[in-house]
Amino acid sequence: MNKNKKAHPYRNEYLGRGVVTACGLFIIMVTLAIGAFLIYQGTGTFTKYHHSLAEFLFSSDWSPVDAATGGGGGVGAAVYITGSLLTCGLALLIATPFAIGASVFMTEIAPKAGSKIFQPAVEIFVGIPSVVYGWIGLTVLVPFIRDTFHAKMGGYSVLAAGIVLAVMIFPTITTVSSDAIRSLPEDYRKAAYGLGSTRWQVIYKVTLPAARSGIFTGIILGLTRAFGEALAVAMVIGKTRAFPKNILSPTNNLTAAIAADIGNSASGGEQNMALWTMALLLYVVSMIFILIIHRLSGREVAR
Amino acid sequence: MVLAAAMISSVFTGCGNSDAAGSAASSAATTTTDAAGAATSATATSAAATTTSDAATETPATTASSTVSSSTDETASVSAAPITGTVTAAGSSALLPLAQAAAESFMEENPDCVVTVNGGGSGEGLKQVADGAIDIGNSDVFAEEKLDAATAAGLVDHEVCTITMAPVVNTTLGVSNLTTEQLVGIFTGEVTNWSEVGGPDTDILLVTRPSSSGTRALFKNWALGGAEEASNEALETDDSGTLLQTVEQNEGAIGYVALSYLINDSTVSPVSIDGVAPTLENTYNGSYKVWGYEHMYTNGNGTDAAGAFINYMMGDKFADSIESMGYGVSSKMSDEAVASHN
Repeated sequence: MNKNKKAHPYRNEYLGRGVVTACGLFIIMVTLAIGAFLIYQGTGTFTKYHHSLAEFLFSSDWSPVDAATGGGGGVGAAVYITGSLLTCGLALLIATPFAIGASVFMTEIAPKAGSKIFQPAVEIFVGIPSVVYGWIGLTVLVPFIRDTFHAKMGGYSVLAAGIVLAVMIFPTITTVSSDAIRSLPEDYRKAAYGLGSTRWQVIYKVTLPAARSGIFTGIILGLTRAFGEALAVAMVIGKTRAFPKNILSPTNNLTAAIAADIGNSASGGEQNMALWTMALLLYVVSMIFILIIHRLSGREVAR
Repeated sequence: MVLAAAMISSVFTGCGNSDAAGSAASSAATTTTDAAGAATSATATSAAATTTSDAATETPATTASSTVSSSTDETASVSAAPITGTVTAAGSSALLPLAQAAAESFMEENPDCVVTVNGGGSGEGLKQVADGAIDIGNSDVFAEEKLDAATAAGLVDHEVCTITMAPVVNTTLGVSNLTTEQLVGIFTGEVTNWSEVGGPDTDILLVTRPSSSGTRALFKNWALGGAEEASNEALETDDSGTLLQTVEQNEGAIGYVALSYLINDSTVSPVSIDGVAPTLENTYNGSYKVWGYEHMYTNGNGTDAAGAFINYMMGDKFADSIESMGYGVSSKMSDEAVASHN
């Protein structure tokens, strides 16, 4: 600044503000543009091929025409939607207890080992590409399920998908939950100990309830990841277009179905459009998840 | 997963090309590409020489109608002149391994040109070539099946090779032949146990491909007589590699893959249909029906370099490589075989 006295005294201020504003606006624009594009493509099922929203959401008749023009097939995505919900629900059921337990362990029980060993280990978990999880699931988990439970369809199942997803979302929930627990004021714990609480009582009655919204945020972030995961699930779910009869039956989900047919289907055709509509549904669902997270953290601030 | 790998993988190769050949009149697209290939391969057979002269005789027409007449004359006189350029191809994953191999050996002969081959699926390849985003769109199916008529009319089809589809079963199953009726029964879900078709008492596990897959379309048309597969009772796999693994791991499994996947693979057993084994020979002589053309589409005549590359793939020199990879050479198809598919 001293070398260039002619420069406006606030030049760097304006420059910096301009750059970060541009970055921020750009990201917002990209997000909105993707949303607008998905709406443009995804509504074709309803406007161009005149299917009803109810048919798309609740019918299981999936037989869209794969040609550039001409419709008349069915676009019922209920099997895929059910598959997504079931696998994600199962993944949450499996992952959440482990994740909350782990986050309590690394913050309350063994904070030193937690920050030095446990936290980095969990972070490595996050970085493993989903294809690796899928591959391991396919070569280890699927044959294991087949041989252990004598699953009819070769072990490809809701259970396999749920377990793979659980392993994938476990680190997300753990990281966010432990951050939430760590950020609690030390006064809470001290006050509880001062009243004569045992350590478990502090954790159970004070820490966890106080960190509740942070833990829920972690769970929903994990759910968002599970809902959007395609590759790993596609490899173990079997992709059978039928509602699962039980936890050991194969089924299909939204992301795997999109990935399987989007490249080959005729652009602008009924099938292609229906796949875009499924992509739009995923976008809407993840928006809803994010809104829930905002409501949760908003309540935190208000409190 | 394999799809992702295919999309990332790109082969860079060089291609020598003769300007004139590529830019000849549209009706002579095939002829001119032949000429370019003959010139490039330095071992011009008499047949190739004939096509070259064909191209030469058409030069006046080209001169009259196009602005590249001078370069046409020039290249006609120096037919081996290397020409730089880039060729981008994308689409069918069934054709991908062959196209990549062709691109590699094409590079060795013609180091001045770059050929990039990607996967992405037939639909994507056709769309991109129609949009002009790439030079060659690889497809398992005719463009008319995936694009609207007006768009498809602007594309020129090159049937670079044939691909034969074979039903495959687990090696321990011991089933080596099925009739068409049995095959249809199995894939439509009516037959659910191998004992019903002369096999052991094992439940049948169907392993299929996505409904938009070219492999599935071919198998449905020619092996199942158009019958729709029972998607609600089948495992669906994104790619043939995963399909093979699934069949290998499950005793009662049956699926179908292109012959190119079986050429160096003994982890599964191919199954004869009505006593006819799925081999290239039986495909050529017309007795085995489950095959189709692999297409390379150019937008109009395409670029010179793209024409030269396609021509190289269809040329005599590359024919052995096509067969060694399990694909069929289009020109070897017998009249009976071609007639049975029309």
